[in-house]
Amino acid sequence: MSAKATRAGRSTGGERTITLEISRFRPEQDSEPVFETFDVPLRDDWAVLDGLNHVKDQLDGTLSFRWSCRMGVCGSCGMTVNGKPRLTCGTFLTEFGAGPVRIEPLKGFPVIRDLVVEIDDFLAKLSHVKPWLIREGEELPLTTEYAQTPEQLEAYKQYSMCINCMLCYSACPVYVLNPDFLGPAAIALAQRYNLDSRDQGDRLDLLNTDEGVWGCTFVGECTSACPKHVDPAEAIQRYKVTAAMRSVLPWARR
Amino acid sequence: MSETTRTYRPRRDRVWFLRSRAYTIFVIRELTSVFVAWTIAYLLLLVAAALDGALPAFSAFAAQPWVIALNLVALAATAFHSVTFLNLAPKATVVRLDGWRVPAFMIQGGNHTAWLLVSAVLFWVVTR
Amino acid sequence: MIDVLIVGGGGAGLRAAIAVAETDPSMTVAVVSKVYPMRSHTVSAEGGAAGVIADGDTLDEHAYDTISGGDWLCDQDAVEAFVVEAPRELMRLEHWGCPWSRERDGRVAVRPFGGMKRMRTWYAADKTGFHLLHTLFQTTLKYQEIVRYDEWYVTSLVVDDGRVHGVVAVEIRTGRVEAIAARTVILATGGCGRVFPFTTNAAIKTGDGMSLAYRAGAPLKDMEFVQYHPTGLPFTGILITEAARAEGGWLINKDGYRYLQDYDLGQPTATPKLRSMELGPRDRLSQAFVAEQNKGRTVETPYGPVVYLDLRHLGEAKIEARIPFVRELCRSYQNLDPATDLIPVRPVVHYMMGGVHTDLHGATPVAGLFAAGETACVSINGANRLGSNSLPEILVFGARAGAAAAAFAREHREGEAAAVRSQGADEQRRLRRALESGGTGPRIADLREEMQHTLEGAAGIYRTHDTLAKAVETLESLRERAADARVDDHSTTFNTELISLVELHAMLDVAETIVASALNRTESRGAHQRLDFPARDDERFLAHSLVHRAPSGNPSVGLLPVALTRWPPGERIYGRD
Repeated sequence: MSAKATRAGRSTGGERTITLEISRFRPEQDSEPVFETFDVPLRDDWAVLDGLNHVKDQLDGTLSFRWSCRMGVCGSCGMTVNGKPRLTCGTFLTEFGAGPVRIEPLKGFPVIRDLVVEIDDFLAKLSHVKPWLIREGEELPLTTEYAQTPEQLEAYKQYSMCINCMLCYSACPVYVLNPDFLGPAAIALAQRYNLDSRDQGDRLDLLNTDEGVWGCTFVGECTSACPKHVDPAEAIQRYKVTAAMRSVLPWARR
Repeated sequence: MSETTRTYRPRRDRVWFLRSRAYTIFVIRELTSVFVAWTIAYLLLLVAAALDGALPAFSAFAAQPWVIALNLVALAATAFHSVTFLNLAPKATVVRLDGWRVPAFMIQGGNHTAWLLVSAVLFWVVTR
Repeated sequence: MIDVLIVGGGGAGLRAAIAVAETDPSMTVAVVSKVYPMRSHTVSAEGGAAGVIADGDTLDEHAYDTISGGDWLCDQDAVEAFVVEAPRELMRLEHWGCPWSRERDGRVAVRPFGGMKRMRTWYAADKTGFHLLHTLFQTTLKYQEIVRYDEWYVTSLVVDDGRVHGVVAVEIRTGRVEAIAARTVILATGGCGRVFPFTTNAAIKTGDGMSLAYRAGAPLKDMEFVQYHPTGLPFTGILITEAARAEGGWLINKDGYRYLQDYDLGQPTATPKLRSMELGPRDRLSQAFVAEQNKGRTVETPYGPVVYLDLRHLGEAKIEARIPFVRELCRSYQNLDPATDLIPVRPVVHYMMGGVHTDLHGATPVAGLFAAGETACVSINGANRLGSNSLPEILVFGARAGAAAAAFAREHREGEAAAVRSQGADEQRRLRRALESGGTGPRIADLREEMQHTLEGAAGIYRTHDTLAKAVETLESLRERAADARVDDHSTTFNTELISLVELHAMLDVAETIVASALNRTESRGAHQRLDFPARDDERFLAHSLVHRAPSGNPSVGLLPVALTRWPPGERIYGRD
């Protein structure tokens, strides 16, 4: 990888600036990613994403990246910032002092272009764990809810907070080395339904496999990376206990 | 629904575990398993020797400098493994009492206390 | 041949998709979305979803609150249908697994909300939209018959002889332009807040569906009604949910005074009182802010004047239990803790009451073309939407549009129209030209910014004839300059600059219709306040604005009477009863 000459912004005269080293991959011209550097204004309330938008709007319209809500809930703008998977809308430029800030696509995923990665595999994994409420027998009429106490809600609530940003996959060395691993978010999502008092499904066959929970070696980085405190590492270890109990004691509950 | 385009897939990183402190600590923890295995093998040898009445021979084996050195390293590795293992235990054991989730430090504290108690009992049995 | 093609994968689009799949599994249904469905802006909705369920509440009260909140511009037949179906739809979501917050006995809990006389707002803490969208998305994964075109951007509708035959869309990843034949199309692309500079809306909210319909000959309705939410964080425009006030938060000016009492919104009470003070409707609260600003009682910041939202008296435990996301957002994006600090807030563009003109089943005047959600205007929101009515709206009318489109597709079994191929080829050429030659004129971002500030200046909380008339000229000039906008990116792979250009054109369409409708409505009603016409005028304007695209390309505004059933126009009363 080589760095090109820095391109300064037209509106940065006199203002404090910070250098962004942005990984570029243009499949028509690059055989592998190269770094390009840009100077952007360094303002106290600017997130890394604001810096990227400044580049896109004023310096180089060809830079490609995904973003949308810029309030940490749509899950689009995950990238590798100075080596760590982060939501760029919630990561402030001032965190990096004088800079530079190195921005790369999320590790562990094929790169389509610049900072945009392919996530089809991740979506297939989400679907794989049957992430919907499974009920047997008659459905209740639309005037009645399935009763669920606040305690029962609390039992799975944390695992329902995943925004599908994939930072946990990017942080997981198992996934990066073996893309067949079901991965943290998908297993946490399975647990979100497993632990929901309204769910009557059984996801043992999907999770109790080498590519499922047993693929996890418990590095714990998924939990450190998670911006929403879902704690996928916990979800996985808990299901290992469940799966082990059910294998030994066939009558054990899910 | 997408047509395939050329994507960039980075080559496998052979020294991925050096890329972050967390990864390195993780790999060291995994490697300490080897010493845990050695400690178990060593204990089994001791038990076999005791049953066969061959304790003096075992003592002579155990007294060799390289065995002592190995066991010191194994002790350190096993202790490291145990501490990290017990600290991670709350992830797999979520205990709820009437909706209140028992915090991790209590579970960890309980684990370490239990570990120390068992160690103390063994110490007493061995040294009495 | 697709039976029902849905443009947009947010709440309305996914609900419509499930409605089709459930009514007739033999139908093919496609969801075409410019982002992966779970990125859709429904995800950002916070406070809750209104539906009558609590003891003592009635459908009529929900209808009355909605109609008076909308300053009598709502179609009352639509509101009546809406309030009946809202609780059923919310319950359906419960049956699909939505983690609604609960009472101790396990029943669904409800909270108060602005402009609502009863507690009727269902909530999932303060991430209601997030949970609703993910529940819907995960539920769609059950249905094999729902085909997704993720990250495909629809650039035009194929319309021939007054009837829709499909769409032309570009696959963002490859740049491939494809005409997709469909018997029916449902537009569910959400709002257009990005037409303004300061908005709670996500980057993707560029009014695409409104522009598609408008260009295809369907009229837009009530476009002058733009909702300002009274409590956005300065700079980012991040929304601080109305639930913060429903849980007991106060709005105070620079003197620590609960200023809403000066604006006919009732007297301050220690605990929240329904339809009073901080729980008044959004239009009135945003207007009160401007009055405070004029009195010099707001606080100046680098990002404009602010007032404060005070949650400190609620205590950390209640904030954490009921509005944890508010705390998370304040901490992460504003570097303050609402448990101990005042939150600076100012009105921010939040929602579009207007949209594609539809009937009660989501049908537009173009045969086979439907619309639902914020893109559409049925209208249940009138001149001002009440908080927590939009989430049930996307469910109720998403489901209705899905069912109606499925019925239409069943009755129209003819094969692919010739127009699909020919219009697809035309569009392909047009986009290729934009991509290859590109313009050399002004930057897209600069044009966008000028448009946004034009709209804020002319079509903000208060409007006048002169600023609006000037905005018409500015927008015309922007339209000309946009034709030569500079495009640097000539790649076919994930070309976001090209998408930005098409979005800019869509936003200019929408901006023109907003300004034209606002200019035409010479009265003040709800969110449309004319300084030169400060009174409501039921004689002339108890009517929807209907704007068509004239052959010249300019907007042409007409009126359509409001449907009244049981609630004759009256005074909007808040805080005194």
